[in-house]
Amino acid sequence: MSLLEIDSVTLKFGGLTAVNNLSMKVEEGQVFALVGPNGAGKSTVFNLISRFYTPVSGSITFDGKDVLKLAPHDVPQLGIARTFQNIELFHQATVLQNLLVGRHRHRQTNMISQMLHLPSVRAEERAHRHAVEEVIDLLDLQPYRNSRIAGLPYGVRKVVELGRALASKPRLLLLDEPASGLSVEETQNMRWWIDDIRRHMKITVLMVEHDMGLVSKVCDRVLALADGAKLAEGTPAEVQSHPSVIEAYLGTNAVSKGGKVA
Amino acid sequence: MKFHFKTDYDQDIRMFPDWWNFSLYAALLVLALCLPLLIDPFFLGEATNVLIWATAGLGLMLLTGQTGQVSLGHSAFMALGCYSCVLMMEANVPFLAAFLLAGVITGIVGALIAIPALKLHGVYLAIATLALAILADDIIVLLKEWTDGVNGKMSPPIDLFGYEISRWNNPVEWYYLTLAVVLMVTLFYRNLLRAPLGRAFAAVRDSEISAQAMGVNVAQTKTIAFGISCAITGLGGALMGLFAGAFNNETFNFLLSIQLLMMIVVGGLGFIHGAFLGAVVIAFLPQVLSMTTDLFGRGVAIPGLESGVFGVILILFILFEPMGLYGRWLKIRTFLELFPFARKDMFKRQKSYLKTERLR
Ligand SMILES: Nc1ncnc2c1ncn2[C@@H]1O[C@H](COP(=O)(O)OP(=O)(O)OP(=O)(O)O)[C@@H](O)[C@H]1O
Ligand SMILES: [Mg+2]
Repeated sequence: MSLLEIDSVTLKFGGLTAVNNLSMKVEEGQVFALVGPNGAGKSTVFNLISRFYTPVSGSITFDGKDVLKLAPHDVPQLGIARTFQNIELFHQATVLQNLLVGRHRHRQTNMISQMLHLPSVRAEERAHRHAVEEVIDLLDLQPYRNSRIAGLPYGVRKVVELGRALASKPRLLLLDEPASGLSVEETQNMRWWIDDIRRHMKITVLMVEHDMGLVSKVCDRVLALADGAKLAEGTPAEVQSHPSVIEAYLGTNAVSKGGKVA
Repeated sequence: MKFHFKTDYDQDIRMFPDWWNFSLYAALLVLALCLPLLIDPFFLGEATNVLIWATAGLGLMLLTGQTGQVSLGHSAFMALGCYSCVLMMEANVPFLAAFLLAGVITGIVGALIAIPALKLHGVYLAIATLALAILADDIIVLLKEWTDGVNGKMSPPIDLFGYEISRWNNPVEWYYLTLAVVLMVTLFYRNLLRAPLGRAFAAVRDSEISAQAMGVNVAQTKTIAFGISCAITGLGGALMGLFAGAFNNETFNFLLSIQLLMMIVVGGLGFIHGAFLGAVVIAFLPQVLSMTTDLFGRGVAIPGLESGVFGVILILFILFEPMGLYGRWLKIRTFLELFPFARKDMFKRQKSYLKTERLR
């Protein structure tokens, strides 16, 4: 059994078929990439897994459990964490508080004991802090620990969002364009982190990424999507040289994306 | 400038980050405790009034400042807190039990009302809750068997463990009672902010989408916030009615909701300090206004002047100082601490994405 199984899923927005009869399997321990031109439906696949959208047909299972039966806020409970393409942080809160929200699924105390700040609450807070501090060390976020998100540069926010997802100690991490808008060095860092996340933290990664350089360095498996349907699937090299993938890019977005496929 | 050197996690978890901070609030507490020795009974009454406003304001602050949900219906919950407390006292429930139960009742009713109301967002929620406030006025009149409608009720004397506390004979005891309530509420409030629930409030305020993606049940969190908020505001309402000596439907009309909202915006949304600063403004503004009209108009009463001035102040703050008085103080403090290195754009708001674009 694969960790994540998407089976013939279709989603329509009015007349537009955003995801068209898509099937894919992500195995435990893999780093899996979804690629495709703009508007292909990659983010929509993430939003389906997060239960923000409900497909017209098909099934999604995680570790054998039916994801489609869950409410959006129950999905993280399975051990699925994600980032967003347009960065969705809690911008009035500090970096530390953002990362601590990542621990939400591990909370154990109730409202009354929290109001009274009972010893159990303090012990729990210490444990959360410890887990978050590990993430801060991994991602070198020490200088920003108590900064509010609203004043941070874009590159740092991207890392904080990754950190918030990691703080929840997920089994599956969904990264929507982790390197978009990052500088060369920042992209390099992102590459090491994804390697670390897979090797040392044993987290399976499903990512959307346009930067084929990064994809071929960190991913074992790639699925190319166009107009919501699967074009090709295989190793990065196989997918990059697949005729229909080349056609999809060169035919529609030759100027903007052509260079990246080759 | 002060540097915080972190040596263990508790420094962030503790109520006060360092000794300096602790001493500051300890001094403030001592000042509050000694206040009756320092000022005469009239001003002590004003101080009590400020603390009552602060209690009610903390309730709305939790909802609007922490969770990002605007309510213009909180006058209704002040009324509910007040009437339920007084009715229980009239039924010979001991004051302390009646008072705390009134908070619990208001909290539960608030949470029940929140379940449908919180499906609305932003300005729609504000309008719906405003309707509730206007409705409450009529309901009080309709239920005149219990509420004595427009004639109103006399506040019964407070009997606390055998000591009678009346506003006119025991202003000092009244002050201490209010101080105890506001301290309790502030303590609970502060504790929530450093716990998972408080962070869930902030998460819902800043991004419902990613709150969900982190496992926060948005509807439930909002409902809890509304419930706690109403409970606190209900306690404030009970104190206000008891302190006033007599109250009727007019005491809790919808303008009170607007004053409450103005108070927390002016004080500084999202800060406990903001509720207190706002309370000072709201409690003393009428006095300042009547003093100025006396000075210029020789006793000519201008109808609606007070509400008008409140409205103008609210708009000015929203336009020019959205972080309120407390935000202004933070800026001044940072400026002084960093002098001469402060940058002009340090507190600039960042542009955020349009909601419709967020998921793509
Ligand atoms: N909420 C929505 N309502 C209507 N249409 C939508 C919605 N979300 C996405 N779409 C449409 O569905 C299609 C797929 O969008 P999606 O965001 O999944 O693309 P993508 O592959 O992530 O593209 P990009 O590389 O630009 O991020 C697009 O045509 C988009 O306009
Ligand atoms: Mg996308």
